[in-house]
Amino acid sequence: MFKWLEKNLPKIVMAPAVGLIGWFVYGFVLWTLYISFTNSKILPKYELWGFGQYEKLWASRKWLIAVDNLLIFTVLFLVFCIVIGIILAIFLDQKIRSEGLLRTIYLYPMALSFIVTGTAWKWILNPTLGIQKLFIDWGFENFTFDWLVNREMAIYTIVIAGVWQSAGFVMALFLAGLRSVEDEIVKAAKIDGAGIFTVYWKILLPMMRPVFFTSFVILVHISIKSYDLIVALTQGGPGISTTMPALYMTQTAFHKSQVGLSAASAMMMFMAVAAVIIPYLYSELRRENAR
Amino acid sequence: MQDSLQSSYRQLEQKSKYTNIFLRWFLYLVLILFASYFIFPLYVMIVTSLKTMEEIRQGTLLTWPSALNFDSWAVAWGGRGYGAGDTFLKPYFWNSIKMVVPAVFFSTFIGAMAGYVLTKWRFKGDKWVFLFLLFGCFIPYQAILLPMARTLGVLGISNSVIGLVLVHTVYGIPFTTLFFRNFYVSIPTELVKAARIDGAGFFKIFFKILLPISAPIIVVTVIWQFTQIWNDFLFGSTFSFGEAAPIQVALNNMVLSSTSVKEYNVDMASAIIAGIPTLIVYVLAGKYFIRGLTSGAVKG
Repeated sequence: MFKWLEKNLPKIVMAPAVGLIGWFVYGFVLWTLYISFTNSKILPKYELWGFGQYEKLWASRKWLIAVDNLLIFTVLFLVFCIVIGIILAIFLDQKIRSEGLLRTIYLYPMALSFIVTGTAWKWILNPTLGIQKLFIDWGFENFTFDWLVNREMAIYTIVIAGVWQSAGFVMALFLAGLRSVEDEIVKAAKIDGAGIFTVYWKILLPMMRPVFFTSFVILVHISIKSYDLIVALTQGGPGISTTMPALYMTQTAFHKSQVGLSAASAMMMFMAVAAVIIPYLYSELRRENAR
Repeated sequence: MQDSLQSSYRQLEQKSKYTNIFLRWFLYLVLILFASYFIFPLYVMIVTSLKTMEEIRQGTLLTWPSALNFDSWAVAWGGRGYGAGDTFLKPYFWNSIKMVVPAVFFSTFIGAMAGYVLTKWRFKGDKWVFLFLLFGCFIPYQAILLPMARTLGVLGISNSVIGLVLVHTVYGIPFTTLFFRNFYVSIPTELVKAARIDGAGFFKIFFKILLPISAPIIVVTVIWQFTQIWNDFLFGSTFSFGEAAPIQVALNNMVLSSTSVKEYNVDMASAIIAGIPTLIVYVLAGKYFIRGLTSGAVKG
């Protein structure tokens, strides 16, 4: 008995982690999946109902707006974060004075919650006393900036705040990537007469492919899950113009009590994330095995 | 001939020196412009929190407060003292502390043990177990909100700090396991093997050999978990309301529930109070914070 215990001690110690994750992650996802195939309203029902909730979901105007917004947000968020992140990383890589201070400034938003930064941006972007007033006081008398309360433009305010929060993170990833390149490679290229632009454009950036990949995965992941920022900045408004899938899910579940429908939307989000993450984990694992 | 060649070379050098100086200036200009973009909201938050509403209406976002006026900070933290309907952050700040400390401790401990087993007591299929846990880093939490709400209800801990401790502990485990596993992988297994030959057992090896050298990764993990849990809004707002809410939820309620006149100075003071603990940690231990951020991502 004691021998058995000693032999299996590692597995026993492992058990809580595996058990908790098995139950609270996998079990719960399966439960949500099951419920998405039922006609549950306020309380879960367990008779199967087929794909009815998914049909309802994709017929819902609000959901379609949410998906549309997600696409707009994801593309802009990705492009701006990666471009700004790369520019900052390359510029910081030039033996800059007080690099540490600048890095700290670029990255501090990551330490704050989206609720805190959303509150700040909401104040900055508010059409009466915010940026608009600043520009009017500077002499641009007809300057208007009402994106926050403008149905067409409100989604872009979320992009502004989101990029501000996450661009520094991409910078950190690329800076770490650039620093891990051997000096010899750069030196050799310079001896061959390559200018600084050529070195980055032709040699270093192509070497950063894994960093691009990682940034892409992480940023897409952040954008699919984005919820807090929208709650703090617009609550999905004006109207429903800035709804996103995560907000749709919680509203449908906890305000409208349509449990089945919200489960279906949650599963759509799950599948979107899985489509990005599973290839990523697969490639990471292969890289690790190759080592 | 020789001379002219030399002088033209010198000219070229001179020219490239000028372009270099120009490039340097350009470099610093761009870096400083971006720095001001990043610092701008923080600056606005701080000066706004120090102004009176009158000053806010008259000035702009950038104007400096006429005096250091901490009134709105006092209101944000302790309220105005008129009882019902007076929401302020103090109780919720303590809720967050009570939630963060145990959740960080448990998730870090469980992750350390899991990372230890996965690297130093390897068994058949351990790679799959790791992958099994790792996937938990990425699931969109919307897919577990409904069953979690029911489970907390069944356990009788919905709308309580204990419920949130459980939630944060569980969903922190994939990250903490990842951190410790990646750290212990780099520590030579020979150390453990030698200790085993000397008759040291499972726990002795962990506490005597691995734990003493784990300080850096413990710091990274604790900071990561602290920041994540302190800043969480989704779980807090879904599983708690009223008096059990953590600070981010309270902040959001305060900002939204403006009854009559919007008091931006109080809003900003509240936002700073809610953000200050993680900001302090970031400033003091930025190196570890960044390590968590990049290793959580790069190796994930």
